[in-house]
Amino acid sequence: MSLWVDKYRPVSLSKVDYHKTQAEHLRNLVQQGDFPHLLFYGPCGAGKKTRIMMLLRELYGTGVEKLRMGHLNFQTSNNKKLEIMSVSSNYHIEINASDAGIYDKIVVMELIKNAAQTHQLDVNGQGEFKIILLNEVDKLTKDAQQALRRTMEKYIATCRLILCANSISQVIPAIRSRCLSIRVPSPTNEEIISILMNICKKEGLSLPTELARRIAEKCDGNLRRAILMCETCKINQYPFDKNQNIVEPDWQKFIYETASIILKEQSPQNLLNIRSRLYELLCHGIPTEIIFKHLLKHLLKNCNLSVKKEIIQVAAEFEHRLHRGSKIIFHLEAFVAKLMLIETNFITSYMCDILEFS
Amino acid sequence: MQAFITSNKSSLNSGESSTKQTTKKDEKKNKKSIPWVEKYRPHTVDDIVEQNEIVATLKQCLAGADLPHFLFYGPPGSGKTSTIIAAARQLFGDMYKDRILELNASDDRGIQVIRDKVKTFSQVTVSSTRSDGKPCPPYKIIILDEADSMTSAAQAALRRTMEKETKSTRFCLICNYVSCIIQPLTSRCAKYRFKPLSKEMMLNRLKLICKEENVLYEEKSLDVLVDACGGDLRRAITCLQSCARLKGNKSLALEDILEVTGIIPDHYIIMMFEVCRERNFEKIENFVEKLLSEAYCAPQVLEQFLELIISSNDLTDIQKSHICEKIAVCSWRLQDGASEYVQLLDLCYCVINVL
Repeated sequence: MSLWVDKYRPVSLSKVDYHKTQAEHLRNLVQQGDFPHLLFYGPCGAGKKTRIMMLLRELYGTGVEKLRMGHLNFQTSNNKKLEIMSVSSNYHIEINASDAGIYDKIVVMELIKNAAQTHQLDVNGQGEFKIILLNEVDKLTKDAQQALRRTMEKYIATCRLILCANSISQVIPAIRSRCLSIRVPSPTNEEIISILMNICKKEGLSLPTELARRIAEKCDGNLRRAILMCETCKINQYPFDKNQNIVEPDWQKFIYETASIILKEQSPQNLLNIRSRLYELLCHGIPTEIIFKHLLKHLLKNCNLSVKKEIIQVAAEFEHRLHRGSKIIFHLEAFVAKLMLIETNFITSYMCDILEFS
Repeated sequence: MQAFITSNKSSLNSGESSTKQTTKKDEKKNKKSIPWVEKYRPHTVDDIVEQNEIVATLKQCLAGADLPHFLFYGPPGSGKTSTIIAAARQLFGDMYKDRILELNASDDRGIQVIRDKVKTFSQVTVSSTRSDGKPCPPYKIIILDEADSMTSAAQAALRRTMEKETKSTRFCLICNYVSCIIQPLTSRCAKYRFKPLSKEMMLNRLKLICKEENVLYEEKSLDVLVDACGGDLRRAITCLQSCARLKGNKSLALEDILEVTGIIPDHYIIMMFEVCRERNFEKIENFVEKLLSEAYCAPQVLEQFLELIISSNDLTDIQKSHICEKIAVCSWRLQDGASEYVQLLDLCYCVINVL
């Protein structure tokens, strides 16, 4: 019994639910049996991975779906041992090089060298080149990306890279210009709704359009999350009620609560309280970008119009510092403290105005 | 900028190496996989367009005058490498492979290589007749591509070699920035600047390629492609090939060109400005989210937005300068890895402030 997300993942390029012209383009590309390095980019849950797997399937047939897990061992120059998980089939190997942290350069170089220096044994059965699938290229260090650039050229005859990233602004231009970049935008709300309806129909359930619309609005264009939400709803309550509660991720609620606390009371005591909440989030491995983005979103929604500009300005500055500095909590806290100051200033000036007026 | 330029160059090199290696393996496939940039390189000096001075010089050399050391500089994709290779081909005929040594940044090119490889190659003298008896110039050409990325020690090591071996060898240095070449080398060479290609020239070339390769296209799409590549013919041709591959047998439409070059459709950028003008905060937030869910890349947004601001007529100079400053700050922060969402919002709010 698999999750709906996996069960209803389209497996062939002719069966995608949205971005149909793009799928056709990809098919054209593969039909010639050869393609340049590819770079897929788009937000989470837009279907990058699904498209890559479809592409491979189109190229090699169902064999690519026989996956096996492997562990790759690497040794850094100062004898530190690294272990990286890999998923591979006869035709391709997939790794997440950013798992190795600052040692990702070694992983990238070794892996590609090993994979690329050997030719395929059986040209007819396996094709002329191997495929290396690298996830989260935007999280790679600049060093690793530079290393990639050289290896990409050198081994183009024996291997093709498929890179997968959330945003290409963090991918160096040198890599971008070597790849054919393929943009995968999020599905629109209407597309999400129709997909949810379809899935429910196949499951033999009836989903009220109203509920589907609410799920689509809540999922931020993330189709994977939409389908998971829908399945959770089904477990919680079936038959569906159009006003039923949609379960949101815990961390999201937690961040929203934190934002409300900031707006409610501005005092050193409260700052201490917020600190423990931020630590709590970080301990649970919520990425900083997500904490920051949701915090800001919620604040903007609930604060007064006149302070919005100031908040954004401060946010942009602190968010930038976050990436330059080393300790995340400092910057998050500084941001919160600054927010409190802005809010207090605003309230006092507001009070003064009222007093003067009266 | 530097990264971009070198990247462009080396992507070409990658193409070269791939074709070389596939020739050994499979000749049939090779025909298909030659990158068009290689296939449509000019074959003779006469084919070269736009760069009149250098063409005139080279023609004289072909007619029998002596060939000086050359230094070619200019923006990427303006035909520097193509020119010297075409000239060498005409000078040496079939033997041109033996008579030239091409080194570029992807080959290891420290001082050691200059000492060993370049020196030994330059010391060999060659005869003044071809194998078929025709006369040909008694020298070899060493092409140092991307010379601006050579270390200055390696450049210094070249100085004496260049002078001593003039009898048997001519050098041709190719670079993007002449300022990166040390003075003693520039004074030993005849310097030629390559202009970026004009729009009409590029358009003609692209049309020719489309005709040869049976690619269908819409007039407007080629215009956009030429605009997007700004005088870099190589980038234009590479983009054209990627597009053609994606589309199969169908006609190239405007959207495909935008997709491959990564350019954001104009209406998004105009909308961004309009939304700021309305001063509606909620709309701005929604718009930025929409832009990011479409997976457009924020630095590109900044670049195109800057163009819009500069060319806009209804902003005062002071307003423009404020916005431009903010764009610069945002772009710097994005380079450091800051979040696209926050930075774009910041920019939009700044625009509101200024208006």
